[in-house]
Amino acid sequence: MFEAYLTLMVFGVVSVGFAVASLIGAWLLRPRVPDPIKATTYECGVEAVGSTEIKTNFRFYVVALLFVIFDVEALFVIPWAVSAKTMDIGFVVGEMMVFLAVLFAGLMYAWKKGALVWD
Amino acid sequence: MSETNRENVKNSGEDSQGSAQAPVPGVAKPSIPAAAHAKPAAAAARPAAKPAAPAEVLPEPRLNNGRGRLLGSARLWPTEVWPNPWARPSFVRGAYWLAGIVAGVLLLGWSVGEISVWANLAYDWAMNLLRLRQVPELWAQGAWSAVKVVVVFHLVALAPLFLVWWERKISAHMQSRLGPMYVGGFHGWAQTIADGIKLMLKEDVSPRAADAWIHLLAPIVAAAPAVLAFAPVYFGSGLTAADIDIGVLYIFAVSGMTVIGIVMAGWGSGNKFSLLGGLRAGAQLVSYELPRTFSVIPVILLVGSLNLTAINDFQSGYWLGFIPRWFIFYPVMGQIAFVIFLIASVAETNRIPFDIPEAESELVAGFHTEYSGMKFSLFFFAEYAYVFLSSALVATFFLGGGNAPLPFLRIWPSWLWFFAKTGLIAFCFLWFRWTFPRFRVDRLMDFNWKFLLPWSFANIAFGAVYLFL
Repeated sequence: MFEAYLTLMVFGVVSVGFAVASLIGAWLLRPRVPDPIKATTYECGVEAVGSTEIKTNFRFYVVALLFVIFDVEALFVIPWAVSAKTMDIGFVVGEMMVFLAVLFAGLMYAWKKGALVWD
Repeated sequence: MSETNRENVKNSGEDSQGSAQAPVPGVAKPSIPAAAHAKPAAAAARPAAKPAAPAEVLPEPRLNNGRGRLLGSARLWPTEVWPNPWARPSFVRGAYWLAGIVAGVLLLGWSVGEISVWANLAYDWAMNLLRLRQVPELWAQGAWSAVKVVVVFHLVALAPLFLVWWERKISAHMQSRLGPMYVGGFHGWAQTIADGIKLMLKEDVSPRAADAWIHLLAPIVAAAPAVLAFAPVYFGSGLTAADIDIGVLYIFAVSGMTVIGIVMAGWGSGNKFSLLGGLRAGAQLVSYELPRTFSVIPVILLVGSLNLTAINDFQSGYWLGFIPRWFIFYPVMGQIAFVIFLIASVAETNRIPFDIPEAESELVAGFHTEYSGMKFSLFFFAEYAYVFLSSALVATFFLGGGNAPLPFLRIWPSWLWFFAKTGLIAFCFLWFRWTFPRFRVDRLMDFNWKFLLPWSFANIAFGAVYLFL
């Protein structure tokens, strides 16, 4: 098991190194023809108006919040799924069904409150 | 009057008299009323009833100075009509090539056998050598890890090259085109390599409005996890770079980091298209992450492990001696989980029909509008690496990984079966792109939250039923 995590460390170095090295390689090879027009924001040929640091729509925040809730639930379910076979199945499964029912009720609540409406 | 004649009338401008008298071989010249001569050319050339068009004699094409491979035989221009595809020489030649490639791969797989046997031999040899040289154990293990990582990394780096070429060929043939045909000789196999070199030599334009550091770091943050996520992937019996016990969780966690890179790209570009694309990508990727995770839970539940090798080994064997014990063949639970996982995986890779973040008809190119050169190709690389990863995961979770579909097919090694199944699912990914129209953004979110997520919850209950059997 120690070797596996050693490999993971080497993997991390290689994957970041690959991305950085390819950018450095391109930096060494590519031509440089700077031009003030090139550095303008792409907006289909017309000059860009205003800044992009604007207030964005609230619904993205709601989706992110729902994601955090349900992803944490997933982290509760995964250890249960791994160890369920080794325990008293009837009890463990019944308990998880209660948990999933609560989760599902939460989804229904978000649904009824209009958190899933997108527009 | 014939079609050809009408063309001539238009081409010759006002002189309707001269072109109307242009000889058309084989067709009797229709009589034109005298009044028609006074009218403009277009009106005069429109007859009441159209006679059959004569056989047109097109000029011999002289494209590419006659040296091009595609148009070299000018006599095939325009396309000749064949009674059936097998009468066409190129079709027969292609069939021979395909049969030859398949036979070659099967022969290679049969003669090489399990790669893990060779790998173990190499491991023992290398370790003995290093021990004789009195290299510390940690360094020896590190060196062996590096070898494994380099092998897997090359696989991950070459898979997108192949997938891009394959996608272009598939899309071309679905649209009755040929796709890349020139670079490399055989059906343009080197096209992606040439494209990669071209992208590397392209100038990098970073807009003034962009946040320079975020703009630079975003492709690294997006592409590095795409490689890192392959560490625990099962490529065949004994062929796992890092056989960790939390494999599935690790893959989901690491591949989820790409969304940070995409949101960074959208935010850091200083472009409204990028910003919208990045936000949409963030919302979509985190949403589809949920059914993707929940659909695998029944599989984990029945196996009792997050280790990909354990998941693969659980699916070995056959019911009644011929039905493979793959998870896709578990009634109800298997099929629902498979479909949800496949759909969510397509959405996770930002591909059509879920390519709202980079919808070219509304957002130019979405989050990578302002990227060019190598930075752009890192995003491109990440997308295709994730196609490969998702195909590999579908093959491992639901299609039995390296297990043969029938007992007598076990003469071929597990890695060959794994790559065959991965290729099949990867083909489906590329096929979807050229078959389905794009989702509208609100339907996309509804489909996830109101359909996939409730069904993936229900599927956990369906999976739990199997524990009592």
